[in-house]
Amino acid sequence: MFESKVIGMIIEGIRDTLYMTIGSTIVGYALGLPLGIVLFVTSDKGLKPNKIIYRIGDFVCNIIRSIPFLILLILLIPFTRLIVGKSYGSTATIVPLVICAAPYIARVVESSLNEVDPGVIEAAKAMGANPFQIIFKVLIVEAKTSLFRGLTITTGLLLGYSAMSGTVGGGGLGDIAVRYGYYRWQTDIMIVTVILLIVIFQIIQNLGNFVSKKIDHRKR
Amino acid sequence: MSEIEIKNLTKKFEMKGHTVTALSDINLSIEKGDIFGIIGMSGAGKSTLVRSVNFLEKPTQGSVLIDGVDLSTLTEKELRKKRREIGMIFQNFNLLEQKNVIDNICFPLEISGSRKKEARVRAKELLKTVNLEEKEKAYPSQLSGGQKQRVAIARALATNPKILLCDEATSALDPQTTDSILKLLKEINETLGITIVIITHQMSVVTQVCKHVAIIDNGRLAEEGLVEEIFESPSSDAAKELISGKEITFTPVKSLDTKRKIRIVFKENSAYEPVISNMILKFKTPVNILKADTRDVGGKARGEMILALPEEEAVADAITEYLKENGLAVSGITEDL
Repeated sequence: MFESKVIGMIIEGIRDTLYMTIGSTIVGYALGLPLGIVLFVTSDKGLKPNKIIYRIGDFVCNIIRSIPFLILLILLIPFTRLIVGKSYGSTATIVPLVICAAPYIARVVESSLNEVDPGVIEAAKAMGANPFQIIFKVLIVEAKTSLFRGLTITTGLLLGYSAMSGTVGGGGLGDIAVRYGYYRWQTDIMIVTVILLIVIFQIIQNLGNFVSKKIDHRKR
Repeated sequence: MSEIEIKNLTKKFEMKGHTVTALSDINLSIEKGDIFGIIGMSGAGKSTLVRSVNFLEKPTQGSVLIDGVDLSTLTEKELRKKRREIGMIFQNFNLLEQKNVIDNICFPLEISGSRKKEARVRAKELLKTVNLEEKEKAYPSQLSGGQKQRVAIARALATNPKILLCDEATSALDPQTTDSILKLLKEINETLGITIVIITHQMSVVTQVCKHVAIIDNGRLAEEGLVEEIFESPSSDAAKELISGKEITFTPVKSLDTKRKIRIVFKENSAYEPVISNMILKFKTPVNILKADTRDVGGKARGEMILALPEEEAVADAITEYLKENGLAVSGITEDL
């Protein structure tokens, strides 16, 4: 149906898409997870309430999240160039994806931690646990199912955003869909890439659901 | 030296512009090896009081001394160490839902820096103490309420505490399970010599296991003493209400319109004589029995009755005197109860 050249290009597209999605999820969590923990810990009812730190974190998260991704992509070009050395290609795309994802992840993490029963935290305090032990041995452990579900949602979101970044030369399946489907009227190639995106999305979502159910010990 | 000493404890909460006084000027001494009940209606401040004992709530004024050490003088780190000497169990058990039974029991040992192997050995011992050996690998969601509370007790005992605080520990359990948990607490008190503080709103819990009791009413200490004494002759309104319950307000008491009602408590020796029928025969005047009940107070059966006395003052006084002479504890009951 397709020339081997096209097939090679699509395979490369899948690779780039996965690279961007997984890469930005990992780096996004490296930034967003600590930020989410800080938000939870410093909030009003947190372990160590601190109005100033909470407000700064809260403000930064809200600002970045209120900028549409496509605009963020363009706004960040100088910054991306500074870090990666160029503003196009899949590695360069990871930079705005991470900036976009980190505050989102922080919020997802914060709300997961908020779901932990305050009674369990109180019990840990009564046992003489210090704040670090409460965070890493109680909060993260008790919230793991919810955190994992958040990870699944975030990965799905970043898959979509990585496709969007194709419009500015990001590479990956989104890039192929735009170049062939929009500029060259090759609808068949576009449909194939869209189907592939759907398949990848389904795999991520089902795998996420499966694992989060598997690690949950609350209901049997 | 008392194990726990609470001196002039006052706790206030800042709530959006106004101050709420949860506890005011509480003084209590709890001796080593005691089972001490703190009872009060919901909202009386008893939970705040028990949280002050391990400083989960820091008092606004006053101090808490554990073995003579004033908790307010400790640094955060020292306080955390001190808390390992004070176990605590809760109404909602507060187990780690994502960890199995044995890991839950190992948890306090893990955070206090014990070796994993030693923690396991200790946890298995504790499982034996609370009679749950077969549930080692189960998760809390697979356990019943009573079993969860047993795990919580084992967990609270893991660090060999000197004190065990129980915050409404049986309030979420059915009567039979409550009994078995109370028995377990009593057993632990006897075998390990651990001091137990029980917070509850159920008088039956206090009468079943406690030696001493303090009654908290509206953030104040209404009354305190030996359970038997307070059960026989409560002096505060709060104590009377907690002991007799509110049910007398909707029995035919109102329609009888008697001015004088008394509560009498039968001790063991007086339970053999037909005191009431003798009394009626002697005074040739009827009395109305409004309520009668027997309870287990510290392992001894105690009968309790509420009587409406005749209108004539002289007869009523004579009856009261007669009952006292026959070895019954007699106390008046306020009209509005």
